[in-house]
Formats: sequence, structure tokens, C-alpha cells
Amino acid sequence: MGIYLPIAEISVNVFVLLAMGAAVGFLSGLFGVGGGFLITPLLIFYNIPPAIAVATGANQVIGSSFSGAMSHMKRGTLDFKLGFMLLAGGIVGSTAGVYVFSLLRSLGQLDLFISILYVVLLGSVGGLMLVESLNTLRVSRGGTPKPLKKSGQHNWIHRLPLKMRFRTSKLFVSVIPVLAIGAIIGFLSSIMGVGGGFIMVPALIYLLRVPTNVVVGTSLFQIIFTSAYTTLVHASTNFTVDIVLAMLLMIGGVAGAQYGVKAGQKLRGEQLRALLALLVLAVAARLAVDLFIRPNNLYSLSIPGMG
Amino acid sequence: MSARASLLLRLLVPVVGWLACVAPAAAQLANPEGIQIGLSTEHVEITAGFSGADLTIFGSLENPDPEVARQGRYDVIVVLEGPARRIVVRRKDRVMGIWINLRSEEFENVPFSYSVATTRPFQDITEPVSYRQLSLGAGNIYLQPADMTGNPVTIAEFTKALRERKVAAGLYSENVGGVRFLSQNLFRATVRLAPDAPVGTHKARAFLFKNGVFVKESSAQLEIRKAGFEQAVFRLAHNHGLFYGALSVALAMGVGWLGSIVFRKD
Repeated sequence: MGIYLPIAEISVNVFVLLAMGAAVGFLSGLFGVGGGFLITPLLIFYNIPPAIAVATGANQVIGSSFSGAMSHMKRGTLDFKLGFMLLAGGIVGSTAGVYVFSLLRSLGQLDLFISILYVVLLGSVGGLMLVESLNTLRVSRGGTPKPLKKSGQHNWIHRLPLKMRFRTSKLFVSVIPVLAIGAIIGFLSSIMGVGGGFIMVPALIYLLRVPTNVVVGTSLFQIIFTSAYTTLVHASTNFTVDIVLAMLLMIGGVAGAQYGVKAGQKLRGEQLRALLALLVLAVAARLAVDLFIRPNNLYSLSIPGMG
Repeated sequence: MSARASLLLRLLVPVVGWLACVAPAAAQLANPEGIQIGLSTEHVEITAGFSGADLTIFGSLENPDPEVARQGRYDVIVVLEGPARRIVVRRKDRVMGIWINLRSEEFENVPFSYSVATTRPFQDITEPVSYRQLSLGAGNIYLQPADMTGNPVTIAEFTKALRERKVAAGLYSENVGGVRFLSQNLFRATVRLAPDAPVGTHKARAFLFKNGVFVKESSAQLEIRKAGFEQAVFRLAHNHGLFYGALSVALAMGVGWLGSIVFRKD
């Protein structure tokens, strides 16, 4: 069944989009990620113009993070103060990102920039995760438990000025790295159409030493607002948010996520991380191939000021 | 199919009525030949299920020479031309192993879509020179570069690429034999409206040739617009971007919230 997308201005198959949403929802439920990093490339493979895929991807991320953040709020594993500080940085980063987005689009280099960012970020995050999870798997098989990191351990980040206390996270840390992490995530969110959870979670754990149980809830909370802000700015400056496309993806996604969560409970943490790492690397590889292989058509058309 | 049938009906009914008035008047005057086309509908609406359409345009010759008509030496070419846009053509080249958009050429007033129907193959109607003079046919329309001082070789290369991309996208098409004479002076043309035909004012033009010589041209306008829901969404997104964005965010949160309720884990 075909449906005409009013903003993308093309006809697409409803079931393909629902299935795409469900598949990504399943994976995001399985691995506990927003799924933006999968949805945007999938939409681009399905010939949705990249500018629309990115902006609509950001919109879709809101839906999945919102339901996740709600359940974390009920369990008290959401640090609002930390979330708001990350958000303050996020808004600055996101505004800069949308500006860069428009600039690159007018130069005709947007698609290239999006692809390179995806390849570099997914490649490095996926690679690190794969190494880490394989090490854990090997260690646990050997029977010697990995020594836990002491929460009292400090690094250079903890010597920065302007310290602030975050009670829920049991942290006393400078706001500078918090704002910086927020800004980077905001920037990536507006250019790549991702929530940024796959960068935020390791950054909070390894750089700021936020307790793991608070990290996911706080990250989801911040992502809701960053993606909402990104959606608003894209909608008002680039007119690239397709509400019909976003709805189709979210309906599929919400349903798929439930089955993903159930499937995830049957797997062990490090197995899950290894699988997620392979998935992330596969997406990166697919995008990298497009960069290096001679395109079928060297020429492309675009309307100045539009996708 | 139903969209096509209804479109055809809407076009046909008033045209027949109009012909009834015109034909006797034309017979009385011994003026040179002319051509007229009529569109009964001034707009076509694109709805959720739109996947392209065949548009039928009716027209008539005025004062045809019966002798020439009998020999089949009248030819008609009908064009449906989409709104003109500025277009940038970019070319990818390899830089350090990566394919990057490097060179580009900008063109002005490029018809977004261009659909042609003819009575006979192009080469049988008239000379290539007159096609170029009339800027007629997907291969002949004049594409004006924004920077006229550019290298002519580069401009020719990008002009060719622009045509090829448009043809490949189905936006520029030719339908040889798409114009049929129904009687000595009544003809019917079928032009293709691509699935991603742009909204805006499209221009239908008919060219009359007699013994391979261009005689006259006539034109009519057609508005293509999104209908109902699609139109409302498009307008809202472009005129009230911030509100539309807020609505998208609210909807996304609503879906997320509903999802967490419907599938709550106990």
C-alpha cells in the first residue's frame, strides 16, 4: 500500500516503513538504545532524501526515549539536575549543528558529511564496544572476575573548576565537561538525526563516573529535549520534518521495542554488547562502501536551498 | 485507473460542448490554420495514493485544409511543462578514494517536469533545427546556465547530465504516438504526469505543424496541488514551521507515552 509523504514529496510503501520501524524498535528494545543511528541510514538506503531522513529521525527518537525516560523516572534513576546541565550544553550544540547542516546543504556536501560522520563514529564506537565485550566474555570464561573500578578514582576531569553537586548521581564535578558533552551530543543530534545515547552513555560512565543505573535514564531524559529542540529548529528553518513518516516509524517502533525488551532478557550483558557492536559496525561498513565505490551516477540534481 | 478515468471525464465533457460552438464559426472563416486546446479542469489534486497519472488533453485544428488533412500532413506536438526552478547539477569526483561532489553548474528556469506527446516520431515531423528553435522536446529544451560566461564544454557536459537525470527520474518523458486525430480537426493527447510531479502551475502547450513546417502554438494552464490532508500538512510545515515542529514533538511524546502504557510490564 503506497502513501504519499507530504514533506518528502514521494510515494512510499506503508508496510516497508512500519517494518523498518518495528525492526529498529526491536533492536532498540533489545539493546536499550534509541535507534536513531539505525533509522536514519535505513531511510537513506530507502531513497528518502538525507535531509529529511535526519530531521525525521530526530523526531522519531523522541518517541522511543520518552517512554524509556518515563519508566526510569518512576524508578528514581533519573538525575534531573545533571540532565538539565547536559541539556543547556545540548541546546548550544544543536543550534550550531542546524546552522552547519544548512550551510553544508547549500554547498552540496551534506550527504558526504553525514556519511563520514556515521562511518567514523559508528566505526569507532562499534569497534571499542566489540573489543570491550569480547574481553569481558573471555575473562568470564576464564573464571577470573574483572576488577571493578573504584568510584573514588579521579582523573583530570575532576580537577577542573566550577564544581557542582549532583545528588542523585552522588557526584561533585565541574560543569565544564558536563556542558561540553551536552554540546557535542546536541551537535551530532542535529546533523546525524540521532539521539546520541551510544556516545552519551560511555561518556557519562567513563569520563564523569556517573553510576551506571542513573546513566541510561538521565541520557534518555536529555535526549528527549535535545531531539525535541532539534526537531523544532529543523522544522522551522529547513522544513524537513515529515510528520507522516515519523508517525509510521514510531508506530512500528513502539510495538517492536516491546518484543526486543523481552528477547533482551534472555541474553547476557556482554553478549548483547557484542551483538550491538557487530550491528553498529555493519551499518558503518555499509555506509563506508558507498563512499568508496564509484556511484552509478556521477551527476546529481538539487534545487538551491532545498534537499 | 479510477483517477485517470475521472480526470478524462472532467476534461472531456466541457470540451465537447465548447467544440460544438467553435466548429461552425471556424468553417465560415477562410483564415489560415490555427490550433486550440482545452482543459476543463484547472487543477489536478495529489492525494495520499497518488502514483502518477495519464492526463488527457483535447484540442482542435481551426480551418484545416481538407486536402492536407486527408494526406495526414498535419502534425501536433503537445507538451506539459512543470514549473520552472533553479537547479544545481553536481558532479562527483574521486578525492583520496572518496567520491565527493566537486564541480557544479547552476541552471535557471529549468522546467521541473516535461512531458511530450506527438502524432509521429520526432524525425518524421520536422527538422532538428526547428525543434531547437522552438526549444521543443526533452532533448531540445533550452537550459539556461546561471553563469553564461562559463566554459562551453563544461556547460554542455552538465546540460547533458541534467537532461539524462531528468529522463532517468521519469520527469522528462516522450510519448510518440500519444497524440491521435479523432476526426479531421479534433485530436486527443495523452501526457504523463510523473508520480513526483511538482505542485504548482503547469503549462500545456500544443504545436501545430503542416507539411513539416511550424504553424501555430496554443497553450493552457493547469494547477497541480496537494489535496486535503497532504496539502494541510505541507502548508502548515511551510507557513507555521515552529508550530508544526511543536506538533511533531507532541505527537512523538504522545506515541511514546501510549507505548509505555499499552505495553506496560507488570
